[in-house]
Formats: sequence, structure tokens, C-alpha cells
Amino acid sequence: MLTIQNLCKTFNPGTVNEKKALSGLSLHLDKGDFVTILGSNGAGKSTLFNAVTGAFIADSGRILLDGKDITFLPDYKRSTFIGHLFQDPLKGTAPHMTIEENLALAYLRAAKSGLGFSRIGKSDRARFRELLAQLDLGLEDRMKQPVGLLSGGQRQALTLLMATVVTPKLLLLDEHTAALDPATAEKVLDLTRRIVAEKQITCMMITHNLASSLQLGNRTIMMDSGRIVLDVKGEERAKLTADDLLEKFHAGAGKKLDNDRILLSAQ
Amino acid sequence: MISLATLQTAAEQGFIYGLVALALYLSYRVLDIADLTTDGSFTLGAAASAMLATLGHPLLGILCAMAAGAAAGGVTAFLQTKCRVQPILAGIVTMTGLYSINLMVMGGKATLPLLKVDTVFSWAEGIFGEQLGALVLAALVAMAAGAAMVAFLGTQLGLSIRATGDNRDMVAASSINPAFTTTVGLCIANALVALSGGLMAQHQKFSDITLGTGMVVVGLASLIIGEVIVGRGGVVRCVIGVMVGSIIYRLIISIALRSSLGASNLKLVSAVIVGVAISWPAIKDAAAFARRRRAAKKEGN
Repeated sequence: MLTIQNLCKTFNPGTVNEKKALSGLSLHLDKGDFVTILGSNGAGKSTLFNAVTGAFIADSGRILLDGKDITFLPDYKRSTFIGHLFQDPLKGTAPHMTIEENLALAYLRAAKSGLGFSRIGKSDRARFRELLAQLDLGLEDRMKQPVGLLSGGQRQALTLLMATVVTPKLLLLDEHTAALDPATAEKVLDLTRRIVAEKQITCMMITHNLASSLQLGNRTIMMDSGRIVLDVKGEERAKLTADDLLEKFHAGAGKKLDNDRILLSAQ
Repeated sequence: MISLATLQTAAEQGFIYGLVALALYLSYRVLDIADLTTDGSFTLGAAASAMLATLGHPLLGILCAMAAGAAAGGVTAFLQTKCRVQPILAGIVTMTGLYSINLMVMGGKATLPLLKVDTVFSWAEGIFGEQLGALVLAALVAMAAGAAMVAFLGTQLGLSIRATGDNRDMVAASSINPAFTTTVGLCIANALVALSGGLMAQHQKFSDITLGTGMVVVGLASLIIGEVIVGRGGVVRCVIGVMVGSIIYRLIISIALRSSLGASNLKLVSAVIVGVAISWPAIKDAAAFARRRRAAKKEGN
């Protein structure tokens, strides 16, 4: 499904701010994998995502998706089959456009012929309504309202919907619930679980919640200094506790997990 | 104070210059780019339309003006998106280059009078009557352009352009190529500006190399006056506001001209109008703040 070979990226090379963000990272995901990713501050988690979505081109290494080499594909072309959610709920939607207009944009990813002159029609509206009703947030009755009026949680739920209405081959979730209050975060996480399972989307999720990193998905990896220091799945993972994870990280990285936002227990 | 004739002239000019304001709605409000190409492409449109009118092809002149304007917008967009020139500088670079091109189009002359030649306005006067011909044509073109803009911004391509200006983070993630949408937006905007220039040249029966000077500021003033009066809302409301604002701007100018101010002070009058119009939101905020503080003081004592 997704194969990353020996990926390297150094920011600001040759300056005092030189930062090796990815140092020879390799990773293989099978179809339907749901991987949770943990790591210290600056371990390269978001950099890995940005390399996969094409926000920058890696210095060396290759990225293959579904057997296709996408290493040099521009970001807007990759986004036809890769969905990406950020921590900031404001990043994924256009605030001055209405909910239905935002959803119409999400459907552009399905349009193979590029950009067209078709408009939002009655059947589109009916379909949008149905989709929004699934979120259970009452958004189906507010389709003509600008997205800027929604709360952070509502916007993130809408972004998740937009990223998955056209089923992506790969979904990248970069702490997408971290900026939300606990109750809303739980709701968005539930929604994520449901949509990913329903559509059988291959998914990677960065989290700072140790417990949920073990509950969610079928595989957990931990990163440090731009490489993977721990990769567990199957039975080995099922038996792990949050404390075991910390110990294993210590053994693999040679230091303690240093993340000022890490949550050690489930709340 | 305002005679019917003044009103009619203001409406004619308002509709024609309103196309510039409509273009700036697209580039400045929708795409969030202050496009200084406008000054150059207005003159380019005037030059192309006047030149072809003197050769006996007024309508072809208007169409060529639009095509030339779109090309100018394309150059600016290319500089911005492919060469990473800052948006404002990209516009200035194109505008500067256009000065020479505009002179070339006008056959090396700084002024090109259109005496005793057919124009689209003389045709309109033949159809709708001497009295109202120009006004009817200007209004029809402005309304058609406004309606086309509303329709276009509702299409997939239009929505993509709006998203590009609204949230640049999300466009690439929606498989929209921002370079492409910016290019389309700037081409359409400058085609509209050149259409305005082309109509203006035929309306006032001459083209001049300085016609476009300060056009960005004039267009922005109209846009903002319209927003203050009609309000900002959906696309339809904004497009209506653009035309209303443009006509009011022309009225203000004509009143200023007829009062003791005189023609030589016209630029100063424009600058003051624009300064006040653009700072209007800040003035409103400051007034609200002062009110709020006064109220708090009263309560405190």
C-alpha cells in the first residue's frame, strides 16, 4: 500500500539552524492498516506526514503509494488520493464559504477531468444533507451558513467528512483532536473510528495520548530523531500497557520520552 | 444641486468604471491579491479599443481589449505563481512594462482622438435613441458582467478560486492547484478592467496613455463605498454593491468638480475619498471603542 524507502530531509542545511528532521526513515503499510504514531517533540512525526502529502520534496528516498512512485508528484495532485487533517481546525475549511460550498469543493477530488463549470444542484444538496446528518451535529440544517460560524469541533468534524467523502487511499491525521475540548475530541475520535472502519481506509494518526494510541488501530509506532524506534502490532501490541510503551521507547531511543503534551493515562 | 444630466453622466461613467470595481472584487476581495496590473491593463484596453475603432472596428476593438487585458493578467499571474515575485511587485512589473506596450498599441502617440468614427456608443445611440443610448449600453454591459460573475463564482472553478483566496492551506489539500486558480482569476479580472478601459475610450472619444493612472485606487474606493452602503454578504450582494459604489463615487467626483474645488484638485479629492473609504472600518471600530469606554467611565463613577 504505502512504502517509504530511506526518506531523508534536513531543514536549513548549512546554517546554525540545521535540523535533521527525517534520517533514513523506512516504513511499509498494508492495505487497511490503522497506525498510531507517538514520539517526542521534534521527532519528525509531522515532517513525515508533510513529506507524504508533498508539502516539501524529500532530500533523498522514495515514496510509493499503491505501487505508484509519488516522490515527485506535486501536493495538489497527491491530495486526490491522500486526505490530511491538521491539529488546527481552521486549516481544513474555507471560513467565508458556506458548508455546502465547502463540501462541493471536497467533491472536486473525485472529478477526474479537472475543474468544471457545473454548479451545486438539487441532488448534490440532498447528498450533502445525508452526509451531514451522519455527523449528528445538526449541520444538515445550516448548509447555507458560512463555515466561519461553526465551533472548532464542528469544523474538524466537517473537515474529516470532506477528507473522506471521496474515499482516500490514505488518511493522515495529525493530532486532529488535540485542539478540541475532551468531550468534543472524543466525539470526533469516535467519528474517525467509524468512518475509517466503514470505508476501510488505510490511516496514520499522530497522537499524544498513550492509552488511545494502543486502543485505536492495529499498529503503533514510536519515532525519535527522524527515525522509527518502535513498531508493534498484533499480539505483542495487545498485551502492551502505557508503561510498557514508555519503557520500550527508552530502550529503543536511548532516552526518555520527552513530550510536554503526552497524556500518560486515558481520561 | 444635482441635475438630471449630472446624474445621467455619473450613471454612465459609474457603470463603465464599475467593471473595474467588479474586477477588483474578484482579485482583491475574492483572491486577496492587490493587483496593480489594473492601472496598465485599463490603458491597454483603452488603447486597443481606440486603435481598432479608428480603423472602423469598434466592437472588435472591445473584444481585443478584453483579450489583451486577460493576457496582461496572465503575465502577472505567471510572475506570482511560477517566478515567486511578490503579488504587489508582480503587478507593478507588468504595469511598468505595459506603459511601453500601450504606446506601441497607440502607434507611438500619447493621445489618440476618436473623431468622426463609429463607436459602440454611436451604434447604441442609433438603437436606443440619442438621449439614452450610452446609458443603456453601459448599464447592459455592467449588468451582464455582474450576472456572469455571480454565475461563475458558483461553479466548481469559481468555488475553487474563492477557496484559494479564503484559505490557502486547504486548497492544495482539496486537489486544487492554487497556481491555476490564481491565473484564471487574474486573467478574468484584467479582462474586465480592459473592457472598462475599452468602453471608456469609446465613450469619451479619445484614448490617452495616462487614462489608467490611479485606477486601482478608484476601483477600490468604489468597491468599499459599495460595501459600506449595501453591506458585505453573499456574492450577489457584493456585485450589486460594486455597481452602486461606483456610481456614487462618480457622483461625489462630479459634485466636487462643480464646486469651487476645480479640476486641478481632482486627484486630491480622489485620494481623500479613497483614504476615508478604506479606513472606514477602522474609524467605525475607533468610534465604538470610544463609546464603550465612555459608558464604562460613567458606570464607574
